[in-house]
Amino acid sequence: MSTRYQQALDSVTRVRGVRGAMLVAGEDGLIVAEALMEGVRGKAVAALAASLQKRFRQAMEAAAAGNPHFLHLQGDGGTLIVVPAPDGILVVAVGAPDMNVGLVRLEMLRAAEAIA
Amino acid sequence: MRQTKAVEAWTLEPLEQFVAESGAQLTLLMTPAGQVLAQHGFTRAVDVMSAAALGAAIVASSTEIARLLDEPGFATLNHQGVKHGIFLGDFESPRGRLLVLVVYGPDSSVGLVQLFFEELVEGLVAAAPAEERPQAVLAANFEDELNQSLASLFGR
Repeated sequence: MSTRYQQALDSVTRVRGVRGAMLVAGEDGLIVAEALMEGVRGKAVAALAASLQKRFRQAMEAAAAGNPHFLHLQGDGGTLIVVPAPDGILVVAVGAPDMNVGLVRLEMLRAAEAIA
Repeated sequence: MRQTKAVEAWTLEPLEQFVAESGAQLTLLMTPAGQVLAQHGFTRAVDVMSAAALGAAIVASSTEIARLLDEPGFATLNHQGVKHGIFLGDFESPRGRLLVLVVYGPDSSVGLVQLFFEELVEGLVAAAPAEERPQAVLAANFEDELNQSLASLFGR
């Protein structure tokens, strides 16, 4: 994996409560780079998160609300966050339900800028 | 109207689940010889025959390339187009080696198809009856078998 991608992911996974971060090809739903804890189903998360982001983008376009900048799903057992980066790449993070979403979001936006 | 049809009933449930989850537009389950066991989305028999023959030929070609490269084989192949993608995967089952040809559009992705292909394989392997392996295709009975298969798939 390229150092630039690794550094981008490391800054996200350093946040307490984050179980993993990935760069995902948005159109394909395939993993470009990953830093995941054991037990996180990376391929499944990547494919489904990319599909979700595509649907939400279509919904936002239909609502004339532009492109989504941030997707946050909160579940009983965890959190999924998706931030679109340039060139169709998605920064995806999964973590504990009580992780600091604000800080994770900030690091993901920085990661998205860093890989541009 | 049900769009998924099967020559062998045990293939139906895993295939319907795969289609629903992956968003595949067209799917064929077949043997390496091109004999179709089930299909989703095709409306004309001639399209099924063409797709099965071409899919089987692609897998045969790539298997031969793998052999030349001393590779054990290519598990899956993906051809990405502008509007559609073609995914080909093969796997071993109690009924012998089987192939799956999937055509997906912009509502799906290769990641989704790959993900649910793994579940399809698990479902088919679990559902396959072990007692009968597909027979080699003989020229003498090929036409009869083909016509029977097409009648099952298209209700004619």
